[in-house]
Amino acid sequence: MSNAIIELNNIIKKFDGETVLDDINLAVKENEFVTLLGPSGCGKTTTLRIIGGFETPTSGEVYFDGHLMNDVPPFKRQLNTVFQKYALFPHMNVFENIAFGLRIKKMDERIIEGKVLKMLELFNLKNFGKRRIDQLSGGQQQRIAIARALVNEPKVLLLDEPLGALDLKLRKDMQNELKAMQKKIGITFVYVTHDQEEALTMSDTIVVMNDGIIQQMGTPIDIYNEPQNAFVADFIGESNILDGIMHDDYLVEFLGKKFECVDFGFGKGEEIEVVIRPEDLVLTEIGTSPLEGIVKSVTFKGVHYEMRVVVSDFEFLVHSTTKAPVGEKVGLSLTPDDIHIMEKGE
Amino acid sequence: MKDKTKYFSYPYIVWMSIFILLPSFLVLLYSITTKESNGITTIKFTLENYKMFFNNLYINILWDSISLAALSTIICLVLGYPAAYIIANANLSKRNTLLFLCILPMWMNMLLRTYAWMTILGNNGLINNFLEFIGLQKLNLLYTKGATVMGMVYNFIPFMILPIYTALSKMDNGLIEAADDLGANKKTVFKKIILPLSMPGVISGIIMVFMPAVSTFIIPQLLGGNKNMMIGNLIEKLFILNGDWNFGSAISIIMMIIILISMSIMNKFDVDKEGGARLW
Repeated sequence: MSNAIIELNNIIKKFDGETVLDDINLAVKENEFVTLLGPSGCGKTTTLRIIGGFETPTSGEVYFDGHLMNDVPPFKRQLNTVFQKYALFPHMNVFENIAFGLRIKKMDERIIEGKVLKMLELFNLKNFGKRRIDQLSGGQQQRIAIARALVNEPKVLLLDEPLGALDLKLRKDMQNELKAMQKKIGITFVYVTHDQEEALTMSDTIVVMNDGIIQQMGTPIDIYNEPQNAFVADFIGESNILDGIMHDDYLVEFLGKKFECVDFGFGKGEEIEVVIRPEDLVLTEIGTSPLEGIVKSVTFKGVHYEMRVVVSDFEFLVHSTTKAPVGEKVGLSLTPDDIHIMEKGE
Repeated sequence: MKDKTKYFSYPYIVWMSIFILLPSFLVLLYSITTKESNGITTIKFTLENYKMFFNNLYINILWDSISLAALSTIICLVLGYPAAYIIANANLSKRNTLLFLCILPMWMNMLLRTYAWMTILGNNGLINNFLEFIGLQKLNLLYTKGATVMGMVYNFIPFMILPIYTALSKMDNGLIEAADDLGANKKTVFKKIILPLSMPGVISGIIMVFMPAVSTFIIPQLLGGNKNMMIGNLIEKLFILNGDWNFGSAISIIMMIIILISMSIMNKFDVDKEGGARLW
């Protein structure tokens, strides 16, 4: 790949004999916003730390801009990291924190001042230069941490759950801000998070990881609509996952009924898994849909109601803006588009 | 609602008043009265005791005390910082062993440990016997200033290592990684991050070594001999041999003032460095 700025080839990482990363292959293109997504302990942070140079892979190669980087220490790599806990230097003020990297490069004092002030302005922290770190709020510290990394004009910015410590409202604001900034300055972001919504909102490419293995890689829309296995389907938003049989191209059977679908290329009679997103199921009158069931519970969630509807032993999760009372019999309609077929896992 | 936890501090306040404040007041009182005032009715105030101190003999002893204590403190720092650094960066099981080894000598009585040095440094001691054995001339080691410094470094170095170790081990490893990430090599990381952030520990260590070193009397007495008197020996002599409590008290007060001044100077270096280990 010619325009890949970071390439990981067959990366394996073991800690005390325990395999944390198992054959990771990943290529990050220039100016791309890539998110490593997965539950805690899935190896996403270790992957980021290998890119940053804080861990060395047990085997495999790390390429940066075409150069092998395995044994290059962090301070010689042309990338910067925003750490989970920010890791701002407590004995320096805001200005000195941001200027740290520039000072090390022995830049001219006037240039340093200009660059730092520009950063402070960019992050709406114009008059904060003299402040001490412990006088800042979490959101401000977070922005300083990003400014401290960006001021060095790295080719790649690594972010390790940078929004994890912020409250919901601030997190949403920062998500938009980060995405806009990435577009504006045009550098590559490699972002680690366990928050699937955050990943869907911000990324160009999402890499879903679990148990040290890349489960699926693709655009947010692909990952959401065409999960490759039950783990991805379940991790990216809530889903109903059912066993089914593929009778023919575009024809699937589950819960004893046949449905038209848009998937093809499976073997005739092959056992597969069917994913249906809760928001794709629509409550209808009885008799209009092959799926009929009894409402088991209704919970108000703000924008929608979350209902559990039991259809011949299977409990469907349904998100709907209308509701039906508990115990009532309802129909659930869906279009061929809403049925996603996955190969059956072990 | 009233906060009742404050009552828990009362026993300590009582303790402090009886055993710290009252004696200090008595020392102050003795230092400003004459020898003849041996009762409330015959009390006579004087500054003679203080005036007496400003005499070459005593000033030299004071200077010796301060310079020997300062030298010991510097040696403790130079030896102790790397030791603390190594302990803080060792893995967990190794770290506990090293800390244990560092504290182990403190389990033994200080007097005993100092006597042990006498048998090592003495004319027929371990070192001289060895020198004789390999055919070299005996050295005069015991009863020198060097022996005193040696004894002080040996006895007080744990008080340097421990606060520095605490400061270093409390440090967030993320800060070091962040500096590394921003382009700092190992030397720069140490200079710009590790050293400044461990300063509170260094300052605590300096104070905790310098203070006992400047006022110790047992070490210079045993290892320094009579020629190398320090201020602690002088005070002891005045109280025990001469029975001159008034002059002894005056010197004690002068010492106290010197220690307070040096402590406040040390703390000046420690402004706006919150978050570190502040043992003092």
